[in-house]
Formats: sequence, C-alpha cells, structure tokens
Amino acid sequence: MERNIILAGVGGQGILSIAFVIDHAALDAGFHFKQAEVHGMAQRGGAVQSNLRYGDQQIWSDIIPVGKVDLVLSVEPLEALRYRHFLRPDGWVVTSTTPFVNIPDYPDADGLLDQLAAIEKIVMVDTAHLARAAGNRRAQNMVMVGAASPMLDFEEERLLAYVERLFSRKGEKLVRVNQRAFRLGRAAGQFFRLLAADGVARRDALRLVGKLVPESIDPALAPDWAIAVNRDSSLLRDVLAEKEAVACDRIPALA
Amino acid sequence: MKREILLGDEAVGLGAIHAGLSGVYGYPGTPSTEIFEFIEQRTKKAGDVHAFWSTNEKVAYEEALGMSWAGKRALVSMKHVGLNVAADAFMNSAITGTNGGLVLVVADDPGMHSSQNEQDSRHFAQFALIPCLEPRNQQECYELMFEAFDMSEELKLPVMVRLVTRIAHSRTAVTTRKRRPQNALKPDKQIRKWTLIPVNARVQYKALTDKQPELAQRAEDSPYNTLDLRGTRGVIACGLAGNYLHENLEQDHDLSILSIAQYPLPAGKVKALVDHVAELLVLEDGYPLVETAVRGLFGIEGVQVRGRMTGDIPRTGELNPDLVRAALGLAPLPTACAPETGLSNRPPALCKGCPHTDSFKALNDALADFDDAQVFSDIGCYALGALPPLQAVHSCVAMGASIGMAAGAAHAGYVPAVAAIGDSTFSHGGITPLMSAVQQNVNLKVLVVDNSTVAMTGTQRSMSTGPTLDAIVLGTGISEDHIRVIEPIPRHHEQNVAVLREELAYDGPSVIIARRACLEAVKKKPH
Repeated sequence: MERNIILAGVGGQGILSIAFVIDHAALDAGFHFKQAEVHGMAQRGGAVQSNLRYGDQQIWSDIIPVGKVDLVLSVEPLEALRYRHFLRPDGWVVTSTTPFVNIPDYPDADGLLDQLAAIEKIVMVDTAHLARAAGNRRAQNMVMVGAASPMLDFEEERLLAYVERLFSRKGEKLVRVNQRAFRLGRAAGQFFRLLAADGVARRDALRLVGKLVPESIDPALAPDWAIAVNRDSSLLRDVLAEKEAVACDRIPALA
Repeated sequence: MKREILLGDEAVGLGAIHAGLSGVYGYPGTPSTEIFEFIEQRTKKAGDVHAFWSTNEKVAYEEALGMSWAGKRALVSMKHVGLNVAADAFMNSAITGTNGGLVLVVADDPGMHSSQNEQDSRHFAQFALIPCLEPRNQQECYELMFEAFDMSEELKLPVMVRLVTRIAHSRTAVTTRKRRPQNALKPDKQIRKWTLIPVNARVQYKALTDKQPELAQRAEDSPYNTLDLRGTRGVIACGLAGNYLHENLEQDHDLSILSIAQYPLPAGKVKALVDHVAELLVLEDGYPLVETAVRGLFGIEGVQVRGRMTGDIPRTGELNPDLVRAALGLAPLPTACAPETGLSNRPPALCKGCPHTDSFKALNDALADFDDAQVFSDIGCYALGALPPLQAVHSCVAMGASIGMAAGAAHAGYVPAVAAIGDSTFSHGGITPLMSAVQQNVNLKVLVVDNSTVAMTGTQRSMSTGPTLDAIVLGTGISEDHIRVIEPIPRHHEQNVAVLREELAYDGPSVIIARRACLEAVKKKPH
C-alpha cells in the first residue's frame, strides 16, 4: 500500500498544519512516510504545496512522480487545478470552494466552481462556512483534513488526537474548535460525495450541503436526500429558498 | 532508540548536537536556515551549545574555525551563495587544517526555489581539496554528521556536507542515537600551521595535497558509496538522485548502479562500473560534475556516457523522478488529465500592510521627476518590490551589491544613483561599500528599509537595526545632515516623498532610513 497526496493552498493557509496531522498519524500507524514542503520566498502569499507520501514499503523519492498522486487536497479552489495533472487516472480532488483572492487576475468564482464540478472524482467543501460554524474562520485547513479523512488510512480518532496535539499549546478552546472543524468537514465531504454518487449534480450538491445546519449533517441520510432531490426537482429549489438553515434530518418529512 | 519526525535540516542539526557539537554558526538563507534554528531551539534550555546568528557567512565560518582551533566541534551552515561570501576563510581553512571537528553544511537550491542561482557546492569542496558528504535521505543527514565530525578530526580538515532543497525541506521519521560528550578546550598552538604567511602556507598547501590519496581511499572504502553490478546498462546516482532512480525501478531491475554519497569520487568503483557497462547514465541534482569527470575530454571508448551534458537530463533546473524516468527510456505514467493551461499565477508578494510597500510608494513618487530612474536593490523581501504593482527596484544580485553597484553607476555619471537595502543585508554586506562611497563623496542615495528583522527567512534577529543602525551609518563618516529617518506609513507619504526629494537634490552621499517593524515579526513577538 502506498498513498501519495499533494497538499495545496496559498502561503499562510496552514498547509503544514495539515501535514503535521497526517505525518504523525502515519508514523503512529507504523507507516514509512516522507513529506516535502516549501519554505522561504514562496511562502509570502504565493501558491504553496507539499508532497506527502506514506505506505507500508520504503518511500524513495521526496517528490511524487507525475501519475502517482492519489489525492490533491487543496485549501483553495484555484490551487486545486494547479496540480491535477499529477493525479493518476482514478485519483481524487478534495477541495475547498472558498476562494483566496490576492491576485488581480483571479478567475470568475462561478466559472471556477463549474470547472471544478465538471471533475468526476471530486469532493467540494465550503470551508469558510464550516470553519465559521466550528467557531473560527482560520480552521479551514482542519475542515479539509476532515473532508479528506475517509480517503486516508487512519481511524478518525487517531487523526483527531493529532489535531489536539497540534493546537494544545494554544489552549483548550482552539483544540475544540479545530476538532469540530474536522468533524464538520468530514461529514460534509462524505455527504457531498454520496449525493454526487447518487446522481445529484455537483453544484446542486454543494448548494444543498451549504444550506444544511452544519452540525446536523449526517452522511447516512445522503441517499434519502439524493432520492428526494432526483425525484422532484422543485424540492431543492424550495429547500434553498427557505430563510433559515435546514436540519439534515428533516428529509423524511420533506420527501 | 528514539524516533523523531525531522526535516533534513533538523536531522543535520540533531546529528550535530549528538555528535558532540559545541557551537553552531551561520547566516539565515533558504534552504539552510532551519539547521541553525533547530540547534538554537534544542539547546536553549541547557545553554551548552553556542548558538547566535553571525553578521554574515564569512564571519560565521571564521567563528567556527576559531572554535575548531580551540579543540571543540563546530558546525557552520549556510546556503550555497553564502559560501561565496565565506569563500576566503573556507578555502584557507583547508590550508591551515583544523583541530576540533569542523563541519560546513551547505544547502544548495537546484531549481532556484528561493535563490539567485543554482551553483553546486560540490565544486567548492573539490576546489578546496576537502571531503564532501551528500546524504540521500534524512536518516543519512543525521548519521553523516557523526561521520563528518570524526572524519574532520581524523584528517584535520574541514568536511563539507552538501544538501539540496528537497532533502533540507522534506520530513520523515529519523532514528537517533546517544549523545557524545563535547570535546574539552584544547587549543592548537602550532603557530606555523595557522599562520599562512607564504613560507608556512607553501608547507601547509603541500601537506593538503599530500592528504589527497587518503581522501580518495576513504571514498573508495566508504560504506556510503555502494556498487551493485548487474546488466550492461549502468547508472551513477549522486545523493538523492538515487531515490529518483529507485522510484522508477522494480526490485529485480537489471541496471548496474553506483550510488555516491562521499567525495572525492571513488575512482576504483567508477572504473569497475565503467568496465562492466556499455552505456552509463549519470544522475546528479546540480551541475554535471561527476558526468564531466567520468567522461573526460574525449569520452570513454565503448561506453556511451549520458546526462545533463547530452540533453538526456536538462542542463538546468532541479532533478526529479519524472526527468529520471524519461532518461531511463520509460514511458510516462498515465495521468488524470493534461496540465491546466492559462491558469492565473500566484507569485509571492509583499504582505498586506508591509512597511516596504509604503517605502517604495514614496520612492516611486520621489523618483517620478527623473526619466525612468533605476534603483539598485538587494536580497530580502523588498526584492519583491521589483514585481507589479510597485516595480520600484531594478536589480538584485548579491548581498550588499545594491550600494556598490549604485556607487559604480554614479562613478560613470548616472544620476540618480539609488540603492535600496534591508537592515540585516546592510550589516551583512552593505557597510563596507557605503564606507567606500562616503570616503569618495559619491553622489548616491541609500534607502535602508529597516524593518528590524531578517524577514524573508522567518524573522531572525537583525544585527543592525534602530539606534545601532543609525550609529553604524554615522560611523561611515557621512554628514549627519544627510542621514534622514522616515516612518513608512500611508499618512506620512507626502512628507516622506519630500525628504527623499531633498536628498535626491543634494550632490553627495545620503542615507535615508525608512523605519517600521515587519508585521510578521510583530505578530511573532508581541511586546
């Protein structure tokens, strides 16, 4: 077994904190691992990436070869596109949909989401929304670890333990916020993926997940939502038109 | 046995501590900075290893040499271009030889991720006639520090450890050993050895050349240089290039491979490989040093040598597993899609609210009176001022070069001759050219952007900031009337432009100090 991940984002978004959690989980699980990162000039608000590899056999190269990447995990939607060509044919993109606009020619946000939604193997997560729900907008990176966690080879609790270790110096409150961000990201990512797998258009799936009360999102209910949305196209429109966020478990009643 | 997750840089640092280090020296520079920082952090509590950033790499090297003279183990770390600055001390330390172990770790930056060139420090080791070790992975970064210090003390020579960015800035778990005690104070009072007046230097240089067969024999016998003879296609893989090779091979491959991590080149092993193969691919991350040596001027009869010089690997840029795959003649792996075209770039930029932005806005306005005025600049965050939207500076060459180049342009009659330099770069290499210009009364304007820290490499301590900087500038002999201090904040813009204009109108040397702390540094040290 070998897992190759490109972590992508913008300098300052906390890519190395994501790496910290996965590195330690990999070491703890007895895997070999290597993780190459970017320091220095490139960190000043530029595009940054880290190559993270783990597996049960020796890892040779610190850089992942083109065509061996299993997962592009991006904290920023434009950055997700920058490394897609490293993916093996059935590799996945797990990305935030929250743009980080610090360049004059940043693409049109809506067109960018369409471009991402056209990718078959993708999980899209509104990280700003979920991080705010968790209690701190800066926790978007931990939302992304959660969203990617079902594709990693570690128990949820092992990853959460290293989220705790990462933030323990900064106090109990930030530990809780970041663990909550992880859980919200995990649930939202799984929910999105199941909706898409059941034929819900990915932009619609993204809109629906964004409308649900974050804490209420339960992936077990995704199939019911998919059936209902697929059966009656007005249901999604009505749900999105509601004033308040919608609890996930209202689906039996709505359907 | 303990296991720790470490960057290659950190593994070097921990290896040095465990090998009995007494002092670490250096000047910040990507990708070497974390070597020093790790040792500084790790030994801070016990306080038993001297760790204080030096003014520049030459000073660092000389301090390390002094500690070696005193019998203790010293590490000096820098980036590849830093060794250009330290080269005088470095080259001559091979002639004097050493006492306590002296290890120089140089972190090269193939591909120029954060540098102005990709020079290969193995050439410097060869030039100085000293051994060079090139770790293949982070575990070897750790292990080779023990080797390097022992070797230095056995040979009485400095030993170079050469890293590249991908080793320096990649992490993995490293298994560590017990810490060796530090050496006792035991100065080396062999005066003729250390006093390189010609009569002594000739003797010492001869002694250095006489040591060369032993260096070659050590490389030949080194367990870090391994030869695996299989089929008639051969590969020489230097340092981490071997990883890129194995990444592309199955276990039962039929290549004959010489993996090199210790120089000078193990000629016997190279010959055994060459005699065995019909075709030889040389893989090295850096210059084609080994390839050129193996091929010689006229090539090897019956063996086709391939590498960067033949275009099998591009002549410039960082090596990677994909380039190696192509050179091996293997088909590219299938991918999910082609690279995106037309994607907006996201280059690094000055932080929002950065004082340099305000300094450069003022400078741009003050220089608007001149026709397309060019500004000589230097190495640091402010080099980003060269990019849009500011486009305020027009050169970045070497540490301190802004002032010397502005002076030279002024000598040639160029007006306005303006240099922009940071506070730490000023202490590193800006003081001496300023003294020179002031003593000659050159008409040049030096804008020192004093943000009180070494910002680009992660806010290390600056040697000349605040009152210290003012005193140094005054000490060059410049008229006090033409040392101006401004605060680069948006609401002072007009008055800052006025100050710059006044000094631009003066025919003689001026220093304008734009003083406001780096936001990153303020964030890190809230006091």
